[in-house]
Amino acid sequence: MISLTSPIKTKAHGWPAGAKLAALCVSTVALFYVQNAAIHAVIFAGILTLYALPGRAFFMAGLRALRLLWPFIVVVAIWHLWTGEVALGAAVILRMMSAVALANLVTMTTLLSDMIDVVRTITRPLTRFGLRPNILELAIALVIRLTPVLVEKGSLLSQSWRARSCQPSGWRIILPFTVLALDDADQVAEALRARGGFDALEDI
Amino acid sequence: MEKNVTLIALFAGLIAALGIIPAITLGFGVPITAQSLGVMLCGTILGSKRGGLAVLLFLLVVAIGVPLLSGGRGGLGVFASPSAGFLIGWPVAAFVIGLIVEKWNGAPLVIVAGIASVVGGVIVMYAFGIVGMSIALDKTLLESTGLVTAFIPGDLLKAGIAGMLTAALAKARPASVLSRADAV
Repeated sequence: MISLTSPIKTKAHGWPAGAKLAALCVSTVALFYVQNAAIHAVIFAGILTLYALPGRAFFMAGLRALRLLWPFIVVVAIWHLWTGEVALGAAVILRMMSAVALANLVTMTTLLSDMIDVVRTITRPLTRFGLRPNILELAIALVIRLTPVLVEKGSLLSQSWRARSCQPSGWRIILPFTVLALDDADQVAEALRARGGFDALEDI
Repeated sequence: MEKNVTLIALFAGLIAALGIIPAITLGFGVPITAQSLGVMLCGTILGSKRGGLAVLLFLLVVAIGVPLLSGGRGGLGVFASPSAGFLIGWPVAAFVIGLIVEKWNGAPLVIVAGIASVVGGVIVMYAFGIVGMSIALDKTLLESTGLVTAFIPGDLLKAGIAGMLTAALAKARPASVLSRADAV
């Protein structure tokens, strides 16, 4: 399982993850207070400059991540060309791209382990309500480890379907797939208990 | 305790796998991702609390930068995009679906799970999605509703499939439908 952290090392990789996330929250809220399209264009150009600083490969990876916005850009552009409020439309599109680009920038420059440290810090107050941070971390690790296992089992199911039928399997294999996941949950839970269960987890 | 945590983690993985395996798309001309079907199944099978937590865990893993959303999307950017409202609505949808299946015992499971999936997976999820979109795109709620109506039939279909799958699972392995098993 690959994380979305950029392999291209930047200075921002070394900055504390909590500070980056706090700055992201503040700047995203601030983006929504700016109404002027020209200011939004300057902000977006500034963000593109940030992307360009670590080099061409980083810049292109950043642009690729923004591609998922194209349906929204098309819809908003057509909408505002239709109503004639071009400046407002430009502001909305630029604001949307800036917000997503900034958030992606934080994801690209922060290691998964640093993010998990932040999760541990911000969930600490929840220990009062019975949440054990080390169990949450184990659950995160289980998802990251077991997703590829499930994907492989699901692919095998769809292959065995194709061996028997010329029709595409579609949703029909979801039922056996769910049963597999339920069985896996049983086995993993047993394996965890056999190793002492959650009581054996060292408290951090 | 171990059992509940592994169930929650496995169903978070199931939502991810439903978006990643290319064969599991509900193709009707346009391939529809099965990921929101996974959210519905979390509610109908695991029940309100475990289902909601499974979706929440899935979103947490996405947010910290693992590309588990369909199309290899992930990271913090998806929570800043105009469709972020739908993602925020996912755990609430799973919780509501689970709650309805747990509380409503009077009708056949296929109908209960199907209607629960419509209420949670369509009404609740779109309520969050439309509000999110109206904020991000600076549109009124009514205008945003107009922008997403094209996707509602697909989600109604998924709700129907979620109902059928839950009933089929209950018939094959009654103990596995935990939203009901705990009540008995």
